[in-house]
Amino acid sequence: MSSSPATLPHNAQQIFQDGFGIGTALIERCLSAALSAGGDFAELYFESVTSSSIGVDEGIVKSASQGHSTGCGVRVLSGERTGYSYTDVLDETHLLRAAKTAAMIASGPSTVRVQGFREATTHDLYPVVGLDAEITHKLALVQRADKAARAYDPRITQVRAGFNDELRHILIVASDGTWAADTQPLSRFSVAVIAKDAKSNNTARGSSGGGGRVAISYYDTQRTPEWYAQDAARQAILQLQATEAPAGEMEVVLGPGWPGVLIHEAVGHGLEADFNRKKQSAFAGLMGQRVATDKVTVVDNGTIPNRRGSLNVDDEGVPTQNTVLIEKGILRAYMSDKLSAKVMGLPSTGSGRRESYASAPMPRMTNTYMLAGDDDPADILRSVKKGLYAVNFSGGSVDITNGKFVFAASEAYLIEDGKVTAPVKGAMLIGDGPEALKYVSMVGHDLSLDEGIGTCGKRGQGVPVGVGTPTVKLDRMTVGGTGR
Amino acid sequence: MVIKTQSLVSLAQNLVDRALRAGATDAEAVVYEADEFYTKVRLGQVETLTESTSRAIGLRVFNGQRTASTSTNDLGEDSLKRLVRGAVELSKVTEEDPYAGLPDADAYSTVRNGDGLGIYFADVYDLPVKARIEMARATEAASMAADVRIQNSDGGTFSAATSHKAIANSRGFAGEYGKSYCGIGCTPIAQDENGMQRDGWGSGARTLRKLDTPEEVGKEATKRAVRRLGARRVPTQKASMVFSREIARGIMGNIFDAVNGEAVYRHATMFEGMLGQQVASPLVTVVDDGAMMLEDWLGGFGTLPFDGDGLPMQRKVIVEKGILQTYVTNSYTARKLGTKSTSNASRGLAGAPGIGAGNFYLQPGTQTPREIIDDVKTGLYVTEVLGSGVNLVTGDYSQGASGIWIENGVFTGAVEEITIAGNLKEMYKNIVAVGNDLIFRGSAASPCIRVEGMTIAGS
Repeated sequence: MSSSPATLPHNAQQIFQDGFGIGTALIERCLSAALSAGGDFAELYFESVTSSSIGVDEGIVKSASQGHSTGCGVRVLSGERTGYSYTDVLDETHLLRAAKTAAMIASGPSTVRVQGFREATTHDLYPVVGLDAEITHKLALVQRADKAARAYDPRITQVRAGFNDELRHILIVASDGTWAADTQPLSRFSVAVIAKDAKSNNTARGSSGGGGRVAISYYDTQRTPEWYAQDAARQAILQLQATEAPAGEMEVVLGPGWPGVLIHEAVGHGLEADFNRKKQSAFAGLMGQRVATDKVTVVDNGTIPNRRGSLNVDDEGVPTQNTVLIEKGILRAYMSDKLSAKVMGLPSTGSGRRESYASAPMPRMTNTYMLAGDDDPADILRSVKKGLYAVNFSGGSVDITNGKFVFAASEAYLIEDGKVTAPVKGAMLIGDGPEALKYVSMVGHDLSLDEGIGTCGKRGQGVPVGVGTPTVKLDRMTVGGTGR
Repeated sequence: MVIKTQSLVSLAQNLVDRALRAGATDAEAVVYEADEFYTKVRLGQVETLTESTSRAIGLRVFNGQRTASTSTNDLGEDSLKRLVRGAVELSKVTEEDPYAGLPDADAYSTVRNGDGLGIYFADVYDLPVKARIEMARATEAASMAADVRIQNSDGGTFSAATSHKAIANSRGFAGEYGKSYCGIGCTPIAQDENGMQRDGWGSGARTLRKLDTPEEVGKEATKRAVRRLGARRVPTQKASMVFSREIARGIMGNIFDAVNGEAVYRHATMFEGMLGQQVASPLVTVVDDGAMMLEDWLGGFGTLPFDGDGLPMQRKVIVEKGILQTYVTNSYTARKLGTKSTSNASRGLAGAPGIGAGNFYLQPGTQTPREIIDDVKTGLYVTEVLGSGVNLVTGDYSQGASGIWIENGVFTGAVEEITIAGNLKEMYKNIVAVGNDLIFRGSAASPCIRVEGMTIAGS
């Protein structure tokens, strides 16, 4: 915001108090209205988001934009039933109307009273960042990326680089006494390039990006525009000479970091409590049972400073935590929000998240990863006679109910007699969630988390997440190429 | 639910005027208003009920050849001032783009509202809330009654929504239209000794009058879930593929993405430089029609009075008997490519217009799906693909898939946990049959197709 540097309230709560006159008395009136038809839980979720983006395309900074979005979602629970309504006008009339609409999920006399509010204990995982970083600074960052990608190789013909950031203020107040506020910065740098080889007439794409809940200085010191640009350009140039990916079952080695999307798809979604409470997940009924080899320990950890998937509190005002999902191959926990926790008689794991005030929360992942093992990554590769070494992915998805999941390798190599050889074209990998990790035979000591680019979609809601893995060997997995 | 559409256009015009006064050389504003109702009934009980209204505005300003945009959902006076000032300030920072600019004044659509297009019907909200819940309940109930193997469900749903959109700019264009939607659906979970399978079905329409019955939707959903039970893997091999019309729609939709003018000027498509050339089998004729009527009183799901630039909607043949005829553009990409816009501008709240399809479809052939399957010796009838393994730069295609195995024209059981792979450039040329079963259930549609030469990776 070059025109009006934002003055930062020290507390998200003040945004709503000062900007919209949202005080305790009004909040109590709204919660009472929400409970007026007999609901047993009511919650107000206030959100104000400011976002900005700037991008370079064909060497020109063609676009810059800013957006503001403010609103309040009212949720009423009656048993397992959810009533939801939201308003983007934060005055008493609209808030009360939303509360009365959500209240209609229940039918009966009011029975529950609003508890005394207790301010939630939270973490302190990210810096207090404004959107007041100079627009000229962001502009310089994307221009540097453009220059670096083009300088990498004359075959890089197109470069697009962008910088997106947002600042999200939330205030969550509920009839169970919840009172939590948080201010959440999030930014992301992205680079996409096209390479063309005049001789072979081959064209290929490459992309890179990352970020997190960080100050803009991160992009000057930790990960520079040049780093992202060169990574994207390197991938595109590599793909120019990629051969057909193999087809069929084989040994697969996943590199560290973003290939952890395997964990997210194969087991993460299947361990979200709502699917299990409703017995819709292939993992339903497997608690305490073996779902992986004893080399595999998987956690969902929302408490890592500065990570894209981290949160001081979840979107129900519950502090996030580090939850062990699979311990040495045994299924230990589901990820839960308040509703599933109540129905299943378990504590919430701080996993209630939502895309915005317009959506009700659901159990979601934060940063999900496999812990490091003892194996040397070089030994892992050496142990493979014929297989695939996949180091980068473009995403994945899963059918929760039958457990089948896919994830798409965007940078992969053949392994022949223990040596990494030719790069291959992108290919889909497919497996079965409750079975896939039973083929993990080696786990490297090189755990790393991804660069901070993931957005997870569930029932139409996208939320930022992180994934991670050390180098991992799966003795059997199906690779969807066209070659032999 | 009372919407004063007149105020949307005047608000948009007002923002354009303010932007010009604040120093913009040109400006364009979008005002969007929507309301929605959604309910889900699971195992006979209401699980979710949502009802809301929202509004938002977006402003794009030009400062000579520089542009910037802002958006907000706070329509308060302070916020509007911030919106205008922010956009004008930001437009001083971006760089000159010789191709930036609004379309010329004589290019705009003379149709400025949705009258007579059959895209807005207030009846989607006619049912009282109780009856809407009953629609969702009845859909799930029909599904669960259709087969004993359905003992669990992710619920039946009913949704209704209306939206109004106004666009105004400093070249004199101002238009607005409303759209309506209603839908029912359900997601049954089938179970037998081999495990669980989920599938679903739904029906959406612009008016309640055109909605399928809960009975029809529930039965179809159950048929789809149950036929997946007992799915097996098949060995890695080359085999014929018959893509059901739902999956064929996605594969044909990749043609739209590959002729997107934005991808063309960025050299990011396999169809760059292919105009006038054979890109598909002679059986393939692909059309995009932004003005199509399904019936004389009912517009297509992709029918609008004008595109996101304010230009008149058009019908164009993109591929005719396998020959690539045109790229699809908005005014910006048309300028970049030195052509005329095909009126495919799609306008969100923030940023410049993108490119979107109107009613996009593969023209039907003459064979019934049954006849096409009869001809297959060994192959897969593909009913689902999983993932996003499509590379439009190279054409490489690799997706998770499930479906039904075909031996000598006969279905021999469900298949899952395999991938299918090929290259779109070859796949389009290897379309050896196009079905006669085209039905518009949304803005994009395709009959079933048979494709040769693809690889299955399995056990």
